[in-house]
Amino acid sequence: MLEVQNLSMRFGGLLAVDQVSLDVREHEIVSIIGPNGAGKTTVFNCMSGFYRPTGGKILLNGKEIQGKPDYRISRLGLVRTFQHVRLFNRMTVVENLMVAQHRHLNTNLLSGLVATPNYRAREKKALDRAAYWLDRVGLLELANRDAGNLAYGQQRRLEIARCMVTEPRLLMLDEPAAGLNPAETRELNQLIISLKEDYNVSVVLIEHDMSLVMDISDRINVISQGRPLAAGTPDEVRNNDDVIKAYLGEA
Amino acid sequence: MVAHNFRHALFCAVITLIIAWPIMGLKLTAVGTNITVAGADSFTWIAVAVAAAIVFAFQLFRDHIMGNLSGVAALNPLANREPLPDEKRLRLENIGLVLLIAIALIWPFFVSRGAVDLATLVLIYIMLALGLNVVVGLAGLLDLGYVASYAVGAYTFALLSNYWGISFWMALPIGALLAALFGLVLGFPVLRLRGDYLAIVTLGFGEIIRILLNNWTSVTGGPNGIGGIPDPTLFGMEFGRRVKEEGNTSFHETFGIAYASEHKVIFLYLIALVLAVITAFVIRRLMRMPVGRSWEALREDEIAARSLGLSRTGVKLSAFTIGAFFAGFAGTVFASKQGFISPESFVFLESAIILAIVVLGGMGSQIGVILAAIAVTILPELAREFSEYRMLIFGAAMVLMMVWRPQGLMPMRRRHIKLKAGA
Repeated sequence: MLEVQNLSMRFGGLLAVDQVSLDVREHEIVSIIGPNGAGKTTVFNCMSGFYRPTGGKILLNGKEIQGKPDYRISRLGLVRTFQHVRLFNRMTVVENLMVAQHRHLNTNLLSGLVATPNYRAREKKALDRAAYWLDRVGLLELANRDAGNLAYGQQRRLEIARCMVTEPRLLMLDEPAAGLNPAETRELNQLIISLKEDYNVSVVLIEHDMSLVMDISDRINVISQGRPLAAGTPDEVRNNDDVIKAYLGEA
Repeated sequence: MVAHNFRHALFCAVITLIIAWPIMGLKLTAVGTNITVAGADSFTWIAVAVAAAIVFAFQLFRDHIMGNLSGVAALNPLANREPLPDEKRLRLENIGLVLLIAIALIWPFFVSRGAVDLATLVLIYIMLALGLNVVVGLAGLLDLGYVASYAVGAYTFALLSNYWGISFWMALPIGALLAALFGLVLGFPVLRLRGDYLAIVTLGFGEIIRILLNNWTSVTGGPNGIGGIPDPTLFGMEFGRRVKEEGNTSFHETFGIAYASEHKVIFLYLIALVLAVITAFVIRRLMRMPVGRSWEALREDEIAARSLGLSRTGVKLSAFTIGAFFAGFAGTVFASKQGFISPESFVFLESAIILAIVVLGGMGSQIGVILAAIAVTILPELAREFSEYRMLIFGAAMVLMMVWRPQGLMPMRRRHIKLKAGA
């Protein structure tokens, strides 16, 4: 469903991403791994519209989307999380989820002011969906807390829930396990697999935690210094000489 | 601990002396055509020294004094009680609100004309502050040129009535809509700006409008302003002693009561009250609607908001437009109340005061902003007895507020939503 062809991103003299290609099929978890500074997040930023790539194409279901503004790409069903959690800290947990459903709501000012039946029905549906996802990630009890007061692991889960209420088709997770303890990482593992299995969402994952990546990925792309290094199933990548060299250094 | 504070205390005392010495100690007196500097009498000098000593002592024992002050909160029996359950609190709030509006409706018939006039001004500031609260408190866009929208509203009414004889009731929506349009147009060039940069550009816009009004003499009358702005009418009844406009009747003759100049003042107050209540109600609704939530989301994290499909353009422009709309409302009422407007009324200080109201009240909090609007408008009037020191008292009150309650009088309280699991 998503195809990235020869993506390049140049910042002045620095070629951060050079000719990277990857594709994501329906119902699949694809990981991007690589050493720090390899350009993984830059690839993400190009895909989600935060950067306008300087070369290459990004196709979503055959339509070019590179260079479109970020909010339009998100409305096409391509939603991301961030390396550092970005919640609306001074809003409550449930409000965070309501904001995410903005485009599912009746945003007409007049119908909101007089609370037409259509407005109320949509608002209620959004609340129900928020409740469902809060229950799903175990935050229902905390629905009326300020998001900024949650524990770190809870904030991570809330961020994923906030993406899921938008009903995305492709979820892009940027280091979702960063800062989580082993137990929380295992939970996250289950959650990501369930997103794929039960909600039919494809996932693109950037992650440093190799056990997580190897466990749940269908395919893995390795990037090093902005260039594609290897791609394939977890087993293929694990045994690839170039990858071993890049990670362990020249033997 | 005292030794640690000693240098700081000494420093503060010296600063006090440096500031107080020229301000209190030197007096300019006119001798014929010349001005001579004279020293103050010995009493003033002693007062300055005592003031410096007090500052020194306070700073020296500051930790001790402040520590004891925090015990004051413990004396308050309500400080540590359980928060009321949500529904009960909501009901109490609603009853309180209805009572408050009822009192506000009846009250003007029992007090002096000056008090009602001041109350009208308070209501105008409430409208302005509630509007700016949308822009600054909710959307987090620091707008230092808010007074421009206020001016657009006021001048719209003044010019329309001056050139085409349009009445208050016609001008009210036109003024508000024109101000909103102005807010929208102002919004476009500042879409990409945030924080300090936005503040400077909006400050510039505010000044542009004022200077335009000042210099476009052929239309706006320049610094002379526009006078003879008509009072609002009640279904074609005028409140003046004699009917000015053809076809209107006069209020006191229709009802067969004696003419009293208070009628007009009270009527204006009631209009301002109704408009202020409408403003508060509409903005309260907006805050809980998708648009209100998107304002706050933009304030909290613009990048995250965009990644969830909110368009920055739409959200920012809606905040500027709606904020300006209510400023237009307030401007029209202001023009009608004064009967005369000039660019003098729309200087930067006005923007600063409205912003101060929002910050003092508590960003985003409606009740806080309303309380602050009342305090900020009435305090200088109450302090009138201290004449030349009243702005000093006003400033000191603001400093103290920000030291003790930096989050404002009444910080915004978030609404709790009941959720059912397993939907």
